[in-house]
Amino acid sequence: MRVRIKFSKHGAVKFIGHLDTMRYFQKAIRRSEIDIAYSGGFSPHQIMSFAAPLGVGQTSNGEYMDIEVNSHQGSQDMLKKLNETMVEGIQVLNVVALPDTAGNAMASVAAAGYTIEWKEGYQPLSGLKEQVAAFLEKENIFVTKQTKKSELTLDIKPGIYELNAKEDRLYMLVDASSKGNIKPTLLLEALYDLAGEELNPLSIQITREDTYTDIGTTVPQFVPLDAVGKEF
Amino acid sequence: MKEYKLALSDEILLQVEKPARYIGNEVNAVNKAGDPKVEIRFAMCFPDVYEIGMSHLGIQIIYDMLNQWEDVWCERVYSPWLDLDKIMRQENIPLFGLESQEPIRDFDFLGITLQYEMCYTNILQILDLAQIPLRSVWRTGEHPIVIGGGPCVYNPEPIADFFDIFYIGEGETRYRELMDLYKKHKKKGFVREDFLREAACVPGMYVPKYYEASYHEDGTLASFGPIYQELPKSIAKELVEDISHTYYPMKPVVPFIKVTQDRVVLEIQRGCIRGCRFCQAGQLYRPVRERNVDVMKQYAIDMLKNTGHEEISLSSLSSSDYSQLEELVNFLIEECKKRSINISLPSLRIDAFSLDVMSKVQDVRKSSLTFAPEAGSQRLRNVINKGLSEEVILQGSTLAFQGGWNRVKLYFMLGLPTETEADIRGIAELCNKIAAAYFETVPKEERKNGSVQIVASTSFFIPKPFTPFQWSPMDTREQFIEKAQLTKKAVREQINQKRIKYNWHEADVSVIEGLLARGDRKLSRVIETVYRKGCIFDAWSEHFHYEIWLETMQEYGLDIAFYTTRERSFEELFPWDFIDCGVTKAFLLREWKQALEERESPNCRAKCLGCGAARYQVGVCMEDRCTGTA
Repeated sequence: MRVRIKFSKHGAVKFIGHLDTMRYFQKAIRRSEIDIAYSGGFSPHQIMSFAAPLGVGQTSNGEYMDIEVNSHQGSQDMLKKLNETMVEGIQVLNVVALPDTAGNAMASVAAAGYTIEWKEGYQPLSGLKEQVAAFLEKENIFVTKQTKKSELTLDIKPGIYELNAKEDRLYMLVDASSKGNIKPTLLLEALYDLAGEELNPLSIQITREDTYTDIGTTVPQFVPLDAVGKEF
Repeated sequence: MKEYKLALSDEILLQVEKPARYIGNEVNAVNKAGDPKVEIRFAMCFPDVYEIGMSHLGIQIIYDMLNQWEDVWCERVYSPWLDLDKIMRQENIPLFGLESQEPIRDFDFLGITLQYEMCYTNILQILDLAQIPLRSVWRTGEHPIVIGGGPCVYNPEPIADFFDIFYIGEGETRYRELMDLYKKHKKKGFVREDFLREAACVPGMYVPKYYEASYHEDGTLASFGPIYQELPKSIAKELVEDISHTYYPMKPVVPFIKVTQDRVVLEIQRGCIRGCRFCQAGQLYRPVRERNVDVMKQYAIDMLKNTGHEEISLSSLSSSDYSQLEELVNFLIEECKKRSINISLPSLRIDAFSLDVMSKVQDVRKSSLTFAPEAGSQRLRNVINKGLSEEVILQGSTLAFQGGWNRVKLYFMLGLPTETEADIRGIAELCNKIAAAYFETVPKEERKNGSVQIVASTSFFIPKPFTPFQWSPMDTREQFIEKAQLTKKAVREQINQKRIKYNWHEADVSVIEGLLARGDRKLSRVIETVYRKGCIFDAWSEHFHYEIWLETMQEYGLDIAFYTTRERSFEELFPWDFIDCGVTKAFLLREWKQALEERESPNCRAKCLGCGAARYQVGVCMEDRCTGTA
């Protein structure tokens, strides 16, 4: 059975990178004695896949991973067992069973919502509300993306599903699919650029609020990745 | 939820490499913040980068033991890497314990484990970043007691100025007594001198500032002893008598980032019966003591459960000598298969049993066989008492080739006492014979997995205190380089040379390791100056600056050759002679003379040589075969 696990990541553990977070969960699953399925061979590995990597320094309320289990005693039991082995800052929020039709966590990702806050000692972008309004009025927003080999110019406007400023915070819902992923800092740089200012990446705290999949047939309909599964 | 307050700001942590080195909060880390029962704050330090320090079993043992006591909170400290080191100096940020993230200068104790000589400048980095005065005599009542432990304390003299106390021997035995003594002094109003005077009388404790050395005109030691009458003239090592029933970290800290030893480690025995004459550990941990196999089985299961590690490894100086090895390994193979756990088996002698076991736990195509003949000829192997014959190596290799292996790793030393050109050529010839054995064993049509690959590596021999070779001159840097060249040339002359790869260790760092290993108190100032000139992480070849060490030795009018290449007389008083490590100097001298006569000595199980360790009345010394006279 395939199981999707939702977790949050806050505080000091935001400095643990993506690969180390995976290693952390591999060990956590062993500690909790969940009957996870393994690949064969001399160094068997757990059947596990993560949705979208979270950058070092970012916190999150909506991270996901899929695992395959051979046996279980229900989702509440699994949730409890996992949380008994967590460190401070990482909490398992939900455990659901996936239908056979569901794609894997990584392929399912369509969008992600982020909150941007300015850290103590730093000022938000001046006139944040007005800047956002002006930004959204533009038909195209071209940014240059640094790839391994070259620079790529692309229009991120179609991938911005939501962008709004509330007092000193900014919320964005953006494309997070493998094809059109928009990193929050890429959008922020463009916003600062338009305002004629430069973004200091150390001034902001990014929190991923949730990761979404698209269940719409004609128009996009974003739901959290665990909405496609069921309690068991 | 309570936010865990970090010592370093987000700005700093996002700038440095691997910030997870500095945040603590790992699985099984002990946090006693706000616990009113805590009376003693202890910082336990491994003076190297986190990934190295976290791989060390000894620290985990002491950490676990101290934290079991409710009046002590022990935290961990490692060397900040060079990027953070620079920032901490610029911004005047004091070094902190990983668990509380609080400055260690406010702690009661700073324990530093000394695992290798090349970490000595890192000790000063730790003290400096912690804002603790470098020398013991500069510290006052507000500073922590700086205590050193680990194998390098068997010659603590080069770093004597920097420590308040050295704990000589195994850490499990005397910390409780020391903690109680500290609490007693704290209750009556702590006076540093009073505490240290009394601590110096606790068995195993050496307080270097209460001891004085005088020298002959030629620079050798004339006398050494305590300045107060009540202090012991000789300090005997501490030893765990019942190794099966003592402290063991059932819940070791599990790092977030990948470290060198990212696995459960089972220490199956302490000590070694073999008596290789170059090996310091083989003498220091005598007598060999085995852990009960049922205890080991239970530990394996519990530790795998408590950590979630995907691999388990056995630790000992010579696992093949563990009498219950077969039972333990069969148990592990069965249990680990159920749990999809990997088993790693280092230091096994290559024979039918070990090959059978290895074929069950490793992918034969990907793994290699390891032999450590240490010397290229039987003559020289007799000198060093390495009881591994060419016949055994070739038989083991042939068996392995039949089993499908085709990679062989061989470890040798260059610069061993009495070494000649013929011994060095022997290294190349032995490699060639192993390759030939492959071609004889495996018919052409069965060589599917590529041909045989032999990797020979040499390190340079460094004489260490408390070994029979402590009297031996060490080679010069030039001799080392010449010998490595000769080895390379000899390898290239072999018929099967294309199948042999040869690697050698750098010579410069071996010279300085040799200097520090048999150094005296005069070197403290040298180490301090080298550190002030910017040297840290000397164990990392890219950060090691040979020329600074040379230049500084000259500035102090000291000669490296005096410490390294000089021939020492049988009568010489060594700087470390005041330590009683369990084996007697007379035994070591007998073994040195045996070596010079190219004669092997039997191992502890075959015959007792009366080394002196039988006085502990434990371990191998109590076995039937042993007719000990000490």
